[in-house]
Amino acid sequence: MFLHIDHINKQFTNSNVVNDVLVDVNAVINEGEFVSILGPSGCGKSTLLSMVAGLSEASSGQIKLEGKTIKKPGKDRGMVFQQAALFPWLNVEENVMFPLKKEMSKKEAKERARKFLQMVQLSHYGGHYPHELSGGMQQRVAIARALAMNPKVLLMDEPFGALDEQTRARMHTELEKIWVETQKTILFVTHSISESIKLSDRIIVMGTQPGTIIADIPVNLQRPRQFDQKEVIQLEKKISLLLKNEIDKVVKEELAYAANH
Amino acid sequence: MQRIIKQLIFFAVLLIAWEGIVRAGGWTPDVMPKPTDVWQALVRGFADRTLIFDLAASFQRLFIGLLISLALGVGLGILLAKSKTADETLGSLILALQSVPSIVWLPLAIMWFGLNEKSVIFIVVLGGTLVMTINMRMGIKSVAPLYIRAAQTMGSRGIDLFVRVIFPAAIPYAVTGVRLAWAFAWRALMAAEILSTGPGLGYTLKYASDFGDMSLVIAVMILIGIIGSIVDYAFFQRVEKNVMRRWGLETN
Repeated sequence: MFLHIDHINKQFTNSNVVNDVLVDVNAVINEGEFVSILGPSGCGKSTLLSMVAGLSEASSGQIKLEGKTIKKPGKDRGMVFQQAALFPWLNVEENVMFPLKKEMSKKEAKERARKFLQMVQLSHYGGHYPHELSGGMQQRVAIARALAMNPKVLLMDEPFGALDEQTRARMHTELEKIWVETQKTILFVTHSISESIKLSDRIIVMGTQPGTIIADIPVNLQRPRQFDQKEVIQLEKKISLLLKNEIDKVVKEELAYAANH
Repeated sequence: MQRIIKQLIFFAVLLIAWEGIVRAGGWTPDVMPKPTDVWQALVRGFADRTLIFDLAASFQRLFIGLLISLALGVGLGILLAKSKTADETLGSLILALQSVPSIVWLPLAIMWFGLNEKSVIFIVVLGGTLVMTINMRMGIKSVAPLYIRAAQTMGSRGIDLFVRVIFPAAIPYAVTGVRLAWAFAWRALMAAEILSTGPGLGYTLKYASDFGDMSLVIAVMILIGIIGSIVDYAFFQRVEKNVMRRWGLETN
């Protein structure tokens, strides 16, 4: 078991009302796998991912990476957020070098940064500052920065959610290429069904209230996958049917909330 | 370019009107000097070098005072941002002191340090420190949590996190703090010099006033205004704008 999510529960207590965010979440992710966590908003998928990153704690249960329990954030898990989170006072190259500073010489770090900027096709932008780049380019720098520290897992929290449709499609192609090239294990959180089918080997579907896994669907289709492929459309239908109930639940909840307030 | 032309015309008209009104009113220079009198006083002051020595002396005090207040302000600001207890106790004191003009400390300063350089610098330090502290505290407190989370996933924590992420992220606030500290310190310096001892621009102003030399009084006032605005517009506002753009905080 490479990455083992073992009986994870998470509760938030809000003015004495206990709110179950995640209930008994279990999953095993194998090395080199591209796994999507798919679910409607509020299902706790991002919370789960930040637990793998070590940024938040579970109420009970544990997550193990190669047998070691995760307690804190660490360089063995690279994270890409919805916003690129580049540091504006550093240029692109310095941003990619940020995690490398302590473990190698400046020259080595520079070389490494260049290599990964090349991988995301931004080798000419090393001297630029983040505010000079488009959203898609910033996100590519963020991916290069996460990969440059050579993590065991790449965690991505709706990384393309803030991008426009065309840019997102291009990023999908690039991410797939990077994944083939680096053989990284990727855990990818999204609420887009088509995105998860396009990219992943496996889709973990989460339901809401409480957040829990409702299906684990392997995607055995050849890459690159096209959106108009017959199998893709079938799978998309199957998953949307699964999620429909969950989304209905959210709507009902929201209506009830509106009626009571 | 257009703006400069407008400004030139405005100030030319202002000077001509001033000259005309004083001539028409027939006031003597010891009541209301004409621009030409003020100009002569300026030329005289620079020719016999008193104004040059004044400028040097004032700037020296300002520089020392401002450096001390920036160092204190950064330190105190970080302390208040990081320690809740310090913020609740010392922080409230600093906020209260902020509403006391620093010049009112002069009588005490003179008792403690004597009627000399040190008293003036003390007033300048008080003028700059508080506003720098408040801005530094705000800067550290407003660092985007996303930056901190991102840095943590890259193995940064503790001192490393502070030095490489939190402090640089707070720079835009710090720059505003420095600009305001300069403005407060400059005003405090002039007040302290008028009430204490020279040489210095403020001292010369009071000296001129004692001798009824209103031309020199206005000359010094104009110098104070010009220096204040040059440093503010030509230096600080430019730096602030560049930092804002780089940090992606520009509003337009």
